[in-house]
Amino acid sequence: MVREAFRENVKELEQELLSMGEMVTRAVTRSVEALKSRDMDEAKRIISEDLLINKKRWDIEEKCINLIATQQPVATDLREIIALLNISTDLERMGDHAEGIAKIVIMLGDEPLVKPLIDIPQMAGKAFGMIKRSLEAFVKRDAKTAREICHEDDEVDRLYDQVYRELLSFMLEDPKTITRATYLMWAAHNLERIADRVTNICERIVFLVTGTMEEISVSKY
Amino acid sequence: MDKIVTKALSLFYGEKRILKEIDLKIPQNNITAIIGPSGCGKSSLLRCMNRLNDLIPESRIEGQILFDGKDLYAENTDVVEIRRRIGMVFQRPNPFPKSVYDNIAYGLRINGIKNKKKLSEIVEKSLKDSGLWEEVKHQLNTSAMELSGGQQQRLCIARALAIEPEVILMDEPCSALDPAGTFKIEELMIKLKQQYTIIIVTHNMQQAARVSDFTGFLYLGQLIEFGHTNQIFTIPEHKLTENYITGRFG
Repeated sequence: MVREAFRENVKELEQELLSMGEMVTRAVTRSVEALKSRDMDEAKRIISEDLLINKKRWDIEEKCINLIATQQPVATDLREIIALLNISTDLERMGDHAEGIAKIVIMLGDEPLVKPLIDIPQMAGKAFGMIKRSLEAFVKRDAKTAREICHEDDEVDRLYDQVYRELLSFMLEDPKTITRATYLMWAAHNLERIADRVTNICERIVFLVTGTMEEISVSKY
Repeated sequence: MDKIVTKALSLFYGEKRILKEIDLKIPQNNITAIIGPSGCGKSSLLRCMNRLNDLIPESRIEGQILFDGKDLYAENTDVVEIRRRIGMVFQRPNPFPKSVYDNIAYGLRINGIKNKKKLSEIVEKSLKDSGLWEEVKHQLNTSAMELSGGQQQRLCIARALAIEPEVILMDEPCSALDPAGTFKIEELMIKLKQQYTIIIVTHNMQQAARVSDFTGFLYLGQLIEFGHTNQIFTIPEHKLTENYITGRFG
């Protein structure tokens, strides 16, 4: 294989990672849409399609292992492969969080929502943007942008706080809402975790570019 | 498609059995690496494939080697023609003590090509195909012995390519080269496999892993394992292979 072919392989893997990123962002957006529209069929589709995201992750991992075993990458080359491995793992977990939201749609069934969804879609929008830009930063090897994205996690944490307090007040006011409010809290928690995972990706980009492991932003949760 | 197939191939030097019933399929337009500790028979196996072992007295084979489906050791086989179709590059660069140009033209003249224009065309093409042209195009008439080791080895590859072989056997082609020279040969091999079937014998496992599509592990004259290089270097089936590639012996 050697250098030229190795570069091509890394490029191909990057493309696969980007397409995995698209699958994940789509799943996140669709899961929150399904929650808003209470679309249980769509939720079931999201759950079954999570298997495709998992498979993609295994494919990427297998190719990374092959490259490590056969090409003996060192320095930046090695950090690239390690970054691809880690980022694919984080994306796969984000897919699981989207699946988690889809499962909540099913658990909620036909029960009315305790409140109109405002902050949760905002969290989803924010997380969506963070995932997309983190992957762009990865492709451009842009550590500066990666650091900036990490700090956006604070905004997602703030929205989560807001949802949490609001839902808690509903529960205190009317214990009959506890189950439904808890479901929504779980949905918000899934989104909060997705944003945390983006910060992992960003830290990995910084490591790839600088060779230094940095804890850039410590999530409140 | 399999370019070369060995069937229960055994090789003897006198009473001594060097290779033991080797069944191997060499796929066309791929690079196949044969790895194994010193003395395991990997060079001997390679030399069976263009009948170079014929030159060793008391050597004989049992079993069969099929080249494009035809028995390589059949009685009416033209050995010279076989060695033209199955070229070889050796461990140490062995250019003739002649000019760069003549190193390549020599074999062509022997094969009956006398036309100067035609000769020059083939020399240029071979040097381009071996990635050497840009480095030597202004010194075609200087002695090949003045080239660096890596350049000499690429010249030997150019010489092998000039007579349009179908298979190139490489016996430790980089063991006498520095990392830069090794790197160039490896890049070259990847390019050449589009047109040729390449079999490389190497004790450098990392090289086998880097360049080859298939790998065979030979131990004490036996083919222990053969498979896709990715598989051999990530999940080898045999414990012996694992022990060898992880450096536990050999």
